[in-house]
Amino acid sequence: MKFAIALFSAAHAPSSRRALLFAQAALAGGHEIVRLFFYQDGVYTASNNLVAPQDEQDIARQWRAFVSQHQLDGVVCIAAALRRGVLNNEEATRYQRSAVNLDAPWALSGLGQLHDAAQAADRLICFGGP
Amino acid sequence: MSKSLLVISRQAPWSGPSAREALDIVLAGGAFDLPIGLLFMDDGVFQLAPHQDAKAVQQKDLSANLQALGLFGVDDVFACSHSLAERGLATPGSAEPLDSDAITQLIDRYDQVITL
Repeated sequence: MKFAIALFSAAHAPSSRRALLFAQAALAGGHEIVRLFFYQDGVYTASNNLVAPQDEQDIARQWRAFVSQHQLDGVVCIAAALRRGVLNNEEATRYQRSAVNLDAPWALSGLGQLHDAAQAADRLICFGGP
Repeated sequence: MSKSLLVISRQAPWSGPSAREALDIVLAGGAFDLPIGLLFMDDGVFQLAPHQDAKAVQQKDLSANLQALGLFGVDDVFACSHSLAERGLATPGSAEPLDSDAITQLIDRYDQVITL
């Protein structure tokens, strides 16, 4: 089955961990993930500047490793990201900001990518809230 | 045929970016000519309250975006009648009120649902 997965909460929310476990289980079960779309506070997942305490799980880092390892399409909503200070090199230059905190494997793009993924997938699975 | 999507908007208009971001999903879907529905539920029905003064809370007016729904081809706009009644809001002109049975049927009609 083809899944599109949308995430609306930051990496420290339990729903982000559940989403990661779901995504891992989906691939392990032989399913396909057509795209991961990070929206609302979910965009914080892609920030390089997150530092998890040593005795806590670093879910953002696990997301990064998971997306890289499986060469998934990890799309971060550009409007939601700009509003929350998550910028790649291009956007930091465009808006004259000193910090760049988003790079590969993440891509900034628009909401059309969410709709496109939902159309291409058999199921759209959303994770948000606590 | 395109898959249909129902967006359920549950946040008050001035409680943060959530209401605006839910609406943005709907407008983007409308721009792509996708079959999109929008249901206001829980505190989301406050978005339909008349005579809001966004300036008083130093916010940008969200109602202009709501009025744009028709322009984007989004005509299926609903409001939970229970949520409206709980909050003492009159039935809005811009959304069709639905009771809980009708909402169950509505959700069944759509291929996909996003709740924000």
